[in-house]
Amino acid sequence: MRYRIVLRRRFKTGAFFEGILPVISIFAALLFSGGALLLFGVSPLAAYRAMFRGALGSGYGLSEVIVKAIPLVISGVAVALAFRMKVWNIGAEGQIYLGALASAAAVRFLPSDSRVVMLLTMTVAAIIAGGAWGYVAGFLKSRWNVNEVITTLMLNYVGIHLADYFIYGPWRDPSSLGFPMTPPFPPSARLPLFFGTRVHLGILAAVLLVLLFRLVIRWTRWGFEIRAIGDNPRAAEYAGISYGRNVVLLMFISGAIAGLAGMTEIAGLQGRLQPGFSPGYGYTAIIVAWLARLNPWGIMMVSFFMGVLLVGGDTIQVINPLRHPRRDTYREIRGTEPGA
Amino acid sequence: MVSIGPVPLVSMRGIDKAFVGVKANSDVDLDLERGEVHTLLGENGAGKSTLMNILSGLYTADSGVIVINGEPRVFRSPRDAIRAGIGMVHQHFMLVPTLSVWENVALGLEDQPFLLDKGRVIERVGDIQKRYGIHVDPLAPVWQLSIGEQQRVAIIKTLYRSADILILDEPTSVLTPQEARALFRTIRQITAEGHGVIFISHKLDEVMDISDRITVLRKGKKVATVNVKDVTKESLAEMMVGRRVVFQIGKTLQNPGRVVLEARELVVRGDRGRVRVDRFSLDVRQREILGLAGVSGNGQEELCDALAGIRKTEKGSIRVDGYELVGKSTREFQKRGISYIPADRIGTGLVTGMNLRENIALRKYWRKEFTRFRFFIHWENIAGRTGQLVERYSVVNPGLGFPAKMLSGGNLQKLMLARELSDDPRVVIAVQPTWGLDVSATLFVRETLLEQRDKGAGVLLVSDDLEEILSLSDRIAVIHNGRLMGIVEDPDRVTEEQMGLMMAGTRLKEFSNPVGEGSEGHGKEVSPSL
Ligand SMILES: Nc1ncnc2c1ncn2[C@@H]1O[C@H](COP(=O)(O)OP(=O)(O)OP(=O)(O)O)[C@@H](O)[C@H]1O
Ligand SMILES: [Mg+2]
Repeated sequence: MRYRIVLRRRFKTGAFFEGILPVISIFAALLFSGGALLLFGVSPLAAYRAMFRGALGSGYGLSEVIVKAIPLVISGVAVALAFRMKVWNIGAEGQIYLGALASAAAVRFLPSDSRVVMLLTMTVAAIIAGGAWGYVAGFLKSRWNVNEVITTLMLNYVGIHLADYFIYGPWRDPSSLGFPMTPPFPPSARLPLFFGTRVHLGILAAVLLVLLFRLVIRWTRWGFEIRAIGDNPRAAEYAGISYGRNVVLLMFISGAIAGLAGMTEIAGLQGRLQPGFSPGYGYTAIIVAWLARLNPWGIMMVSFFMGVLLVGGDTIQVINPLRHPRRDTYREIRGTEPGA
Repeated sequence: MVSIGPVPLVSMRGIDKAFVGVKANSDVDLDLERGEVHTLLGENGAGKSTLMNILSGLYTADSGVIVINGEPRVFRSPRDAIRAGIGMVHQHFMLVPTLSVWENVALGLEDQPFLLDKGRVIERVGDIQKRYGIHVDPLAPVWQLSIGEQQRVAIIKTLYRSADILILDEPTSVLTPQEARALFRTIRQITAEGHGVIFISHKLDEVMDISDRITVLRKGKKVATVNVKDVTKESLAEMMVGRRVVFQIGKTLQNPGRVVLEARELVVRGDRGRVRVDRFSLDVRQREILGLAGVSGNGQEELCDALAGIRKTEKGSIRVDGYELVGKSTREFQKRGISYIPADRIGTGLVTGMNLRENIALRKYWRKEFTRFRFFIHWENIAGRTGQLVERYSVVNPGLGFPAKMLSGGNLQKLMLARELSDDPRVVIAVQPTWGLDVSATLFVRETLLEQRDKGAGVLLVSDDLEEILSLSDRIAVIHNGRLMGIVEDPDRVTEEQMGLMMAGTRLKEFSNPVGEGSEGHGKEVSPSL
């Protein structure tokens, strides 16, 4: 019996393709990286076991996974919302930085001893700043049809460097021994933590946003409008749905949500603004949104899984006898140990 | 012309195909001989497109065999079918709008050099155009072409692949009568060369005209295959529907009331920036159907887009019940009661990826009865309405929650008509409302237009089908090159010849005996500016 691969169009993608296929592809990816690990002489099984044990084998690991998933969920919702209208907001990273920057500004210039007041001020600041960052791209798109992929991408760099400017410059903590960071936030500017872990109040925001995302998309007029535009812009126009108005509003909201991720990150974890506080959450969010097929529950699940990978990866680096890759490469190139 | 060989060119046997919830084909047989035009006939949703999609390799049959030239074949993809000499022009042809005509033709060709040989493709396209008398500018981007022109591109694309078996799925539903005649010449040319053509159409006159044999499908099953000599329009309709069909519609006399839609000196530009509607004026009154006749592409679509508020009116005034709408949003036009059936159903009128409920909601979701607390959509109410409409318009569907793209071509049309003709509009702008509809659905839609009229709406009916215009309209406006050629006050007294002259650019007042003048004692001099 000979086998051949037959490509055939499907009329209904059942549960198998919707739910299981992403899982299979993730396993395929693990298998592939396993091969790479083998090349380095490391047992992939041992590595993965260490990884998953690190991430899921203890309460601490699990809490860290959630800590990583929080900004992914929030910014995942931000970009998924935009993608629903086929507006390609690649700028969540910049919007995260802007949100963080604005909340740090709120701490600096509008301090309050009341935690509620302080956190609310920070939230509003983050939403406005992140939203403004998105708004710029939305405005350019609606006014002159400037491609939002390019504007949002470029605004990322502007946003990140803008934050750097304040961190390295005027806002640097004089007592930080030259490290680039702002002074630590007062306790009133910190999000409450739960269960003695680093899981912070941002988790509530994340869950609420997922629910809200679902509510908006499924049940509201606006959700229907952006889906219609996303599916068939001409039909949307015929239905009397304004593209220009909606793209501006959408980019503002998308940016605002991403900005919120920046705020929860620094108010929940770092407690100050420092460079590179987001290791590319805004970009990973794009992957999260797509793997989740822009589905709200999917965003939660994929973010959790990404969190596992991130935490697990950290654990391997710390505990696994993996040799330092650069040294290995070095040896392979030189044929000797460095310095030998 | 038909040459019955030892084996038929195509022979399909016992074809079965089920979709979710519907059996689209069950145990269907079909033979095609060399030199034959074989027509597939059947109501909307009878399974014609499905059968042909199976033959062209787009779908695979659940069971059954396909034999080409005596050789059993299994098509796993359209590519396999193309290799076997089968070419299909789909009901909703699939062109890439941003590419030019020649690029679309070249798209998917095998054995092409890495860099397309533009000169060669254009040259061969030219040959085909000459040989079969089909004309389109090969350099024009497809999005700029009318639906009829796009249809020609799709046909050229298929001919380019030198198909031996040509399948044309409702090619004429989007063509003007002139274009259809040209297509028939092409078809005869193709069969004269010994190829076979499978043709699908709901227009019985042309079916009688072009076919050699006819296979009738009903609800997925084959009813019969007959020689065209042995049947009449009436007997075909009966075979299709399963009972006798009365071709007449009852049109009562009405007294038109006040003007509901009033357009004055409209100037509208087309997609290419040229002025397509030039100082055009018209009035549509309550309880009347104003037919807009003209050769398609003379500005009708732009005019209607402008009247419905989805295209900018450069100059002039549009009033509904005296309320000025120029410069207002599309939504405002809707709120004033304008409903609009645009020519481009799939591209503009529907969101095929959305389900039936959402498509009914598309131009109504903002209405009070369909919202809750202003910001939320009342999906239960919409589902209820969709259920009623689908029932009333007999839209064959697998379920209201399924995407509209699962509907057959005619049922898609019905879905959109159902949306636009419900909720008592003040003004109905209907462009080619019976495109793609089967005999009974066509009658139903015409009756619905008359019913809307009788209920007090003003109807603007745009159609290439002169017969449709003449039989439904109370008055007829003729457009040529974006200008009003005149208004025929009494369609019963106009000759086809006079209509033809006007559609070709002669103004009504230049006739020695203006039609309709003096018929009610008040001679009305018809001029473009009214
Ligand atoms: N991709 C699909 N998924 C699910 N159902 C489908 C699909 N394509 C067609 N159907 C169903 O199969 C039936 C036959 O459809 P088909 O398109 O063959 O009809 P048709 O005879 O071409 O009708 P029309 O004259 O309206 O074009 C319809 O009930 C339709 O809803
Ligand atoms: Mg069809």
